[in-house]
Amino acid sequence: MDTRVEPIPFTALPERSVGQATPLIDGIEKVTGRAHYTADLPASDALVGMILRSPVAHGVIRDIDTSRARALPGVRAVITGEDFAAPYGVIPIAQNEWPLARGRVRYRGEPVAAVAAIDHASAAAALAAIAVDIVPLPAYFSAADARAEGAVLLHDDKPGNVEREVDQTFGDVDAGFAAADLVREQTFHYAEVAHGQIELNCALATWEPERARLISRSTTQVPYYLHLTLAQCLGLDSAQVRVVKPFVGGGFGHRVEPLNFEMITGALARAAGGTVRTEQSREDSFLTHRGRPETDIRLKLGVKRSGEITAVDCEIVQRGGAYGGYGLVTILYAGALLHALYTVGAVRYRGLRIYTNTPPCGAMRGHGAVDARHAFEALLDAMAGELGVDPFALRRANLIPPPFRTLNDLQVNSYGIPQCLDHVERASGWGERRGRLPRGRGLGMACSHYVSGSAKPVHWSGEPHAVVNLKLDFDGGITLLTGASDIGQGSSTLLAQVAAEVLLLPMARIRVVAADSALTPKDNGSYSSRVSFMVGNAALRAAQALLDVLVAAAAKRLNVAVDDIEWLGEGCRARGADRGLDFASVVSAALADGGTLTVKGTWSTPPETQGGKFRGAAVGSTAGFSYAAQVVEVAVDEDTGQVNVERVWVAHDCGFAINPLAVTGQVQGGVWMGMGQALQEETQYHEGLALRPNFLDYRIPTIAESPPIDVHLVETRDPLGPFGAKEASEGALHGFPPALTNAIADAIGIRLTELPATPDRVLDAIVEKRRAERLAEARTRKS
Amino acid sequence: MTKRLLQLVVNGREREDAVVDHALLVDYLRDVAGLTGTKQGCDGGECGACTVLVDGVPRLSCITLAISVAGRSVETIENLAQGGRMSRLQQAFHEKLGTQCGFCTPGMIMSAEALLRRASKPSEAAIREALSGNLCRCTGYVKIIESVQCACQG
Repeated sequence: MDTRVEPIPFTALPERSVGQATPLIDGIEKVTGRAHYTADLPASDALVGMILRSPVAHGVIRDIDTSRARALPGVRAVITGEDFAAPYGVIPIAQNEWPLARGRVRYRGEPVAAVAAIDHASAAAALAAIAVDIVPLPAYFSAADARAEGAVLLHDDKPGNVEREVDQTFGDVDAGFAAADLVREQTFHYAEVAHGQIELNCALATWEPERARLISRSTTQVPYYLHLTLAQCLGLDSAQVRVVKPFVGGGFGHRVEPLNFEMITGALARAAGGTVRTEQSREDSFLTHRGRPETDIRLKLGVKRSGEITAVDCEIVQRGGAYGGYGLVTILYAGALLHALYTVGAVRYRGLRIYTNTPPCGAMRGHGAVDARHAFEALLDAMAGELGVDPFALRRANLIPPPFRTLNDLQVNSYGIPQCLDHVERASGWGERRGRLPRGRGLGMACSHYVSGSAKPVHWSGEPHAVVNLKLDFDGGITLLTGASDIGQGSSTLLAQVAAEVLLLPMARIRVVAADSALTPKDNGSYSSRVSFMVGNAALRAAQALLDVLVAAAAKRLNVAVDDIEWLGEGCRARGADRGLDFASVVSAALADGGTLTVKGTWSTPPETQGGKFRGAAVGSTAGFSYAAQVVEVAVDEDTGQVNVERVWVAHDCGFAINPLAVTGQVQGGVWMGMGQALQEETQYHEGLALRPNFLDYRIPTIAESPPIDVHLVETRDPLGPFGAKEASEGALHGFPPALTNAIADAIGIRLTELPATPDRVLDAIVEKRRAERLAEARTRKS
Repeated sequence: MTKRLLQLVVNGREREDAVVDHALLVDYLRDVAGLTGTKQGCDGGECGACTVLVDGVPRLSCITLAISVAGRSVETIENLAQGGRMSRLQQAFHEKLGTQCGFCTPGMIMSAEALLRRASKPSEAAIREALSGNLCRCTGYVKIIESVQCACQG
């Protein structure tokens, strides 16, 4: 074959991809209905998997009799906890959950047995034929009851039902309070909330008996954790397992941990020797839970008249639910991110994560830090009022000068709070409007931050944090292979943009193959807002590696030095020449020696960003913090207690917006999710029975009551982020709840210390305030 | 279980299928007609993801018996793109990021489609009212409103 290439004239201009508003590369499938989610995958031979759940909140399993179920027609497999080889849990040191309960049940709705049958009716009949004999134990539905003296232990190795106790002190707290001009202490209470991803959970598993291999497709955010857990729970070698992530309809943290139905479906497929699909209901989602825990906070702050925060003393108690899950990380996050947004004098943090007989809590968007942020920003706002200091001025008195090491050893390299504050103050008309709005209307503000991925991964294997492979072949197409899970946030689009930008090629040349363990490199998954930063950096390096190969090949073909090549994407030339090689010619030159090219890019967090040396120091550490400030305007109906959010102005420091369209969408979605939690969302149980396991009783906001959210992006160009980018989907969420209650305080003079701010809570507070005012008035008249 | 012959028009094509009396329209569309673009996101009538048009009117297919639409015309998300071109709503939802995870999108677009067929330039209030039965957990709805407005232009 003649591989000579003559220089040719060309006019192609280099394409720019980052910083451009870019529709999702998989958006067409979503809007046309062609996207296949797990429940949509064709599998005409699939058996129907169904799960039997415990009707008892806490008890000893005396017997599970499956003999009648096994004998029914159409039933192909019946399994119990005894069919699993090991327990699981997302944190390697806290694995105390079985896919199907063994020996004990610890919450109402915990899976105890499962069946696979030829159709839904046969599976339902089989479930009904399983006899479960459970001897009840005392059950605890609040952290206080579970901690009470003499309470039965949920897990024998956890005295007092304390899953994790955190005790951290940084600096001289007592001296800090002594130096303060104003010290205030307040308690807060937060309801448990759930993720509410719209896609129902589903798993489709195939066991190949002839090869002893398992293929699992499911609604997961982290195929890698699922892969490890399937192997562990089923007693398989990891090489026997393949995990493929189809389209996933949202996650928000619900699907970070491997979930029981995924391992159950795998075990059913093996037991039945075929394919099983387990479609979960909305109620099942609420029982599987892993949401934000019910939380009690006691917070004490010391502030100087100048606004300087001198001391922080905080105790946080979380009702964790029945199993470990992410619990110890959640309680550590609450402390780590409580104060690291500002410079503060000294901090004492005590955290308690308690086991209770309710569905296990876990990671939810803004993991661990949302309720703590509310308490901090709400108390700060109240103290600003007492000191006669504007809330913006109070924040400005405590700004971090980057680069900076926080008291708890977190590294801050870029810090956009000043710009965020300036923007929302101006955009909301704060100076002119606050305090001058009609009765019942008010403005409130708050700041927030979040990590761009945890600097230390859950599985500390020493491997890079992220790996991206690029394959370039004869067709001139570049395939980007990543384990990163696109769950709607646009990660595949972002990675294609990054690679295209480095290579100055049109996006159309890049195709992304994501999250199939047989094809793509391992990835730690979509959680803690790590993908843009970490996988983005790996994609950047992979593209640079490919560019190096292409430039070298072009230089050789044009017989010039590598440094003399001017790379223009769809073509390149010797600097100053008017003729060169088009991309096809460069590809053919690059493949001539060795054929198909595969290059790799990796990225790891620098050691100085991985936190301090104290116990639990890794949690909260990150290579780049995002920052946000927002102003919320509310209208409160004092006759009904109804709070309407009229408008939100939010500024988010995302470092650099690789895809401004997606970043704006993420910020809006995050702020709005904070609104749902702040205004109306809460789970509820009666003796462990979930009372709101549906979207009619668990009310997420509809389009009718959702406000305009004006987003302003601040670009501080983080030194470690890809093109300077940081996370964009979680940081702004935390600021909404405190900005809301601060706005309610501005509107009606009431500071809510319990969320959500439902009409009944707001009305109770209004009535209480009026009664207190009348009493005070009566006393004044008497005297 | 008795089955009946269901005759109807789905996306412009006449169909005849034997269905059990209690079969839901969503299951009929997904499992019998193979149209998996219509999604189920709840246990019945909570989220709007399963919205389809029956004689042009939005209906929740997860709480509609298949047999109850005999003789009617049903349209699903798969019917909107014609001749290789996405509909104006699909184009707008794609370009304006009215879709993130995409799971609520088919139902959302079908509700919006019904609105745009009866009002070419709906007010923002009308858009909010028409879509108030469709839950989205990703977008905060801001870009959904922008997408519908964009589809009305030009």
